[in-house]
Amino acid sequence: MSAHDAGRDPGFVEKYLYSTDHKTIGLQYMLTGMAMALIGAFTVYVFRMQAAYPGSSVPLFGRVAAADYNYLVTMHGTIMIFWVAMPVLIGGFGNYLIPLMLGCDDMVFPRVNRLSYQIFLLSSVVLVASFFVPGGPFGGAWTAYPPLSANSAYSLTPYGSTLWLLAVALEFVAFLLGGINFITTTMNSRAPGMKMFDIPIVVWMIVLASVLFMGSVGPLVAGAVMLLLDQVVGTGFYDPSRGGDPVLWQHLFWFFGHPEVYVLLLPAMGIVAEVMTVFARKKLFAYRTIVYSAVGTGIISFFVWAHHQFVAGIDPRMASLFSVTTLIISIPVAEMFFVYIATLYGGSIRLTTPMLWALAFVAEFLLGGVTGIFLGSAGSDIYFHDTYFIVAHFHYTFFPIAFIAAFAGITFWFPKMFGRMMDETLGKVHFWGTIITFNVCFLPLFVTGTAGDHRRVFDYSGFAELATPQMQNLRILATWALLAMLAFQVVFLVNFVYSLFKGEAAEANPWKANTLEWLASSPPPHGNFETMPVVYRGPYEYSVPSRDDDYWPQYEPGDTADDGAPSGPRSVEQGA
Amino acid sequence: MIEWLGVPVAGAAHAGDVDQVMALVHWLMLVLLVGWGVFFVYALVRFRRTAHPVASYDGLRGRWSAWLEGGVLLAEVVLLAFFSIPVWSARVDAFPSERESVVVRVVAEQFAWNVHYPGSDGRFGRTDLVLVGPANPLGLDRTDPAAQDDVTTINQLHLPVNRPAIVYLSSKDMVHSFTLPQMRIKQDAIPGLIQPVWFTPTEPGEWEIACSQLCGLAHYRMRGFYTIHTQDEYEAWLVEEAAAQAGP
Repeated sequence: MSAHDAGRDPGFVEKYLYSTDHKTIGLQYMLTGMAMALIGAFTVYVFRMQAAYPGSSVPLFGRVAAADYNYLVTMHGTIMIFWVAMPVLIGGFGNYLIPLMLGCDDMVFPRVNRLSYQIFLLSSVVLVASFFVPGGPFGGAWTAYPPLSANSAYSLTPYGSTLWLLAVALEFVAFLLGGINFITTTMNSRAPGMKMFDIPIVVWMIVLASVLFMGSVGPLVAGAVMLLLDQVVGTGFYDPSRGGDPVLWQHLFWFFGHPEVYVLLLPAMGIVAEVMTVFARKKLFAYRTIVYSAVGTGIISFFVWAHHQFVAGIDPRMASLFSVTTLIISIPVAEMFFVYIATLYGGSIRLTTPMLWALAFVAEFLLGGVTGIFLGSAGSDIYFHDTYFIVAHFHYTFFPIAFIAAFAGITFWFPKMFGRMMDETLGKVHFWGTIITFNVCFLPLFVTGTAGDHRRVFDYSGFAELATPQMQNLRILATWALLAMLAFQVVFLVNFVYSLFKGEAAEANPWKANTLEWLASSPPPHGNFETMPVVYRGPYEYSVPSRDDDYWPQYEPGDTADDGAPSGPRSVEQGA
Repeated sequence: MIEWLGVPVAGAAHAGDVDQVMALVHWLMLVLLVGWGVFFVYALVRFRRTAHPVASYDGLRGRWSAWLEGGVLLAEVVLLAFFSIPVWSARVDAFPSERESVVVRVVAEQFAWNVHYPGSDGRFGRTDLVLVGPANPLGLDRTDPAAQDDVTTINQLHLPVNRPAIVYLSSKDMVHSFTLPQMRIKQDAIPGLIQPVWFTPTEPGEWEIACSQLCGLAHYRMRGFYTIHTQDEYEAWLVEEAAAQAGP
């Protein structure tokens, strides 16, 4: 039986809950990620209230104990990275967009795809269940360094730490299965005429991210099995008194953990590239440079992990080596950001809501990128390591990735996904509200980190040097900005739900974009296209001089421009 | 630059070098942000829809990106080769001789810093796991002749000013992180490893030792103090402690 029995009404369960349709699976991933984001947001609300007003009773939670604080910060990091950024950016956009943008009817293994989501859902259930077991959820930080994570006599969470580990492992299985589909589909199921360099950047990025994930996750799974055995069976892989080594976990974790940054960054950059070209009405500057830079970044990302461990007891000579590799990886990333701004140059920029998010991604990530220099350079990392400076730094990278780029993508593809436009006014209120409060929230944390606030501290009142009124005021400022930022997300949810039912009906190609998903009706039916598309040109032929329209879809028949346009379709790439 | 940043007082000989790296990176960051920012804002304003209704097909021309990458690369190479890596090497490579230095052991545990001084003979007494108990967190064997004059403290690290200090850092249980902000010193204490850390205090004063690595429930209360004395004060303190701790 084919996965696509045309003309048969599948019924509610098969259509929405047990579907093999890549679009349904993509939306399932995305909505699950958004639901988990609410839990992640609640955890940060509680522990930031404790940071601002230590010892007071937090509304909807109550008094926060030290154990609560530890599990709240742990769950915040775990959820936001593994259960929000991963499912929304990779599971959500990857599943939804890849077959549509490649011009095929579904993933090559639809049932593997369904299994991928089901395992992901199971992993989410396991993680949420860990909130309700005796001892509470795991509280040993999202990095789960042993011995703290390996022995419940120390962590005091006998069930929580094991469930955490199981949930993370299941989540990895889900994304491995999804990645198999992404890579295979992109290799084998492109529309006729679509060459490798006609593939939209966002598909390239998600596929490269999947390759990176596959390459890096193996050692961590091995490490997780050893940690599980340490926890449950009482082996001593990470216990030095029995010949184990706690630093081994750190290596395995960061060997995965740093490529993981790029696993998330690349899809986010892909989304931003699509949005920017459409609303600048401009060919993507130096397409091939972006692809090569992304490949280069991916390769180098396997050689930078120990910059998380400069002061962690690695051979000190390694620090110099990893400082150098960290320097090298900044080059292709900086190149990609240059290319993005260069794409704007000469464009005709429309400041729609998705475009505002895309531009904000570039601006905010820049700050995240340059503050990383302090940490990649071993000399200054001695001071900044494990302070709030790091917290601020990686939120300036991860917030743009997990939220700003995701909002760019959701507001951009919402008409395609649901057949209705989102409200622009609400969208802009949400945008400005989020961006301003985000900066007010995290800029003060650079300051407290520089002044010496170390991380994951439940209550600073014991530290006379850090418990000064000035420092406390900065913490309170950050917390209030966070509360405002959370409040502005209600605007998004209202806009999302309102537009879902009452939004203006969207035509197939409301943004006048070039890529193939805009050929399908909004929303696309099961099987995606009425007639399968053929590709005639690259994805970014905007404002071609010989044409009346300022866009030239990939699926529109027609040959190379004959008016002597400097770079017609299918001709050589321009740019750096 | 550095006085603008609000870092704690620089109290060690190498702290100025660490601070210099911080200041340089701030300058580099500023140049990059201003450069990118100007380019970004210019592109946004110049090519907004009302000012530039029809996009041009061609993009930016020239080798701007190559020059820019080259500039960033050069700045980063200079930063690493001439500032950051030398600072790092001095911390981990150029250890002073133990003869001229004050040598102490610091053993971290949930949730305290145990400090062990070798005493006037300059030799650490034997320690044994089986002797570890509430009254003897280091497991020091007081019957060992070398241990007779040893001094141990909990959460109190005392050092003389202007003399190199070598701290042999280890941990009894978790990964902790030994942090002396004013000394610009940070090193994780890893169970099973003994790691040397050295610095030369230059400012007398009394400050806090923080644990920077989440180590369990009372991580937030894992706090010690360190005092930088003048040489005379330090010796007086050591004699007093040794007398108080010497067995009958």
